[in-house]
Amino acid sequence: MAKTRLIWLAGALALASALYLGWGLRAPMGFILSLRAVKLAALMMVGASVGAATVMFQTITQNRLLTPGIVGFDALFILIQTLLVLTLGGIGFSALPEVSKFAVETACLCVIAILMFGAILRAGAQDMTRLVLTGVIFGILMRGLTGFVQRLLDPSEFAVAQAASFASFSDVSATRLALAAPLFLLAMAGALALAPRLDVAGLGRIRARALGIDHDRLVIAALAAVSLLVAVSTALAGPVTFLGLLAASLGQAILPDWRHRMAIPAAAMTGALILVAGQTVFERLLGLQSTLAVIVEFLGGLVFLALVLRRQRI
Amino acid sequence: MMKIADLHLAIDGKPILTGIDTTIPETGLTALIGPNGAGKSSLLYCLAGLDRPTQGAVLLGDQDVAAMRPDQRARQIALLPQENPAPPRLSVADLVSFGRWPHHRGRPTETDQALVEDALADFDLGALATRRLDSLSGGQRQRAFVAMAHAQATPWMLLDEPLAALDPKYASDIMARLSRLARNGQTPRAITVVMHDLVMAARHADWVLCLKNGRLIHSGPAPSVMTGPVLSDLFDTPIEVARIDGQPVPVILSPAEA
Repeated sequence: MAKTRLIWLAGALALASALYLGWGLRAPMGFILSLRAVKLAALMMVGASVGAATVMFQTITQNRLLTPGIVGFDALFILIQTLLVLTLGGIGFSALPEVSKFAVETACLCVIAILMFGAILRAGAQDMTRLVLTGVIFGILMRGLTGFVQRLLDPSEFAVAQAASFASFSDVSATRLALAAPLFLLAMAGALALAPRLDVAGLGRIRARALGIDHDRLVIAALAAVSLLVAVSTALAGPVTFLGLLAASLGQAILPDWRHRMAIPAAAMTGALILVAGQTVFERLLGLQSTLAVIVEFLGGLVFLALVLRRQRI
Repeated sequence: MMKIADLHLAIDGKPILTGIDTTIPETGLTALIGPNGAGKSSLLYCLAGLDRPTQGAVLLGDQDVAAMRPDQRARQIALLPQENPAPPRLSVADLVSFGRWPHHRGRPTETDQALVEDALADFDLGALATRRLDSLSGGQRQRAFVAMAHAQATPWMLLDEPLAALDPKYASDIMARLSRLARNGQTPRAITVVMHDLVMAARHADWVLCLKNGRLIHSGPAPSVMTGPVLSDLFDTPIEVARIDGQPVPVILSPAEA
């Protein structure tokens, strides 16, 4: 049953992609198609990264409310970017080769995320309320710090930093895409390799340890994969706080399976489907350019509220 | 034999366990009893190798359990922690198959499948196998968790209050199954159970460890420990052991003077 649903999901995604590529195609076809293909690849990668990262993060935190977006992984990425602009200056930052910029940002995100969340998860994994509060406060702190650092920039540098920190699905750099793609594949392969152990981690830290899982090491591996995925999505499209929650919750509703080798692809495909279908509707049907991020955040926020209100305990 | 050698455990500088020195027999059911906050769960986690003692060690043969590789340890020792929420959407059969994880590490074989079936049958869970855990009663769910620990097929089983919040029918059912596992079969087990129910302990345990304020104050075969004076001293409340049909039945006489 789970497999057929996964195939249906893949079919829906393929259909949405075909619609996105083919709808209203005019001459010069080759040129427009290649433009659209780059955007489509970016949309799919962002949606899939955010969906997969959320499922993994929710398993290691044992919490259906937290997502990398809500606890500020992407804000942390933006903060690192902004700090780079601050230290190197706007021109220095822009002159830096895309490859090294991306590598530095991603490596910083991995290390900081593992240091901060690794410690929180080891010490307080039992205490859900504390975990949620720490996570949400951490997210606010990261956003606040970013705002603060941005105030230290002069206006032209600020423009450089800001260009990187807005969710935007309409202008994607092909260079970034080429950089992000191998990282994305690496992280997804890692996620699927971790899947069986994540299943066990779903029983809780103590039970997982009693079954012979090196839980600390699993948490670090999962956080590394989550960081890579967040780096991919944030570098391509900027921060989208609630997309992960939307993708993971819808993915679970479409394919209710606790096995991560099903749940991770389901959430990844759902995330991709939301973005591709949404962008198709907005761009082709409504002729709008930049409102998709707003709508995704709005719907994701509603899902977050619904999840909070529906359960008495966190 | 599991040897506990001069074990001390302190958390944040606060002593939890002090100078515990004893052995747990290789077969049979061992009850770990004592007042609330005596350190029973902490001791159990040390036995399971999940908490590293501040001083001393728990030895299995000549191996320190805290130093064993996690996967290797999980093939020797099964631990059932106190009930905490089970993940949603898991079926009883799914849960029990997790018991085989230390043996197959994600790639179950036919043997694993057969052993899961056996564990389900041993705990009368066959009819419930496809039911989701969150749709079961507390007693049925607890039975599924014990079946999972059983499916792990380890020589050592450690259970933290498996009877908590169970009504007498389910509690005695689980205890009867555990004592059967401990004594009979081609592969008798060493099963250590943290418990509060003294009647159950007296009825089923072969060996008893009494923990009070982080110290082991008595240990030995059940008949020599489950006596009025020992229990009264352990719980600071007058307890006598009556006999009904030849079975020892601890009775709490009246609360201690406030």
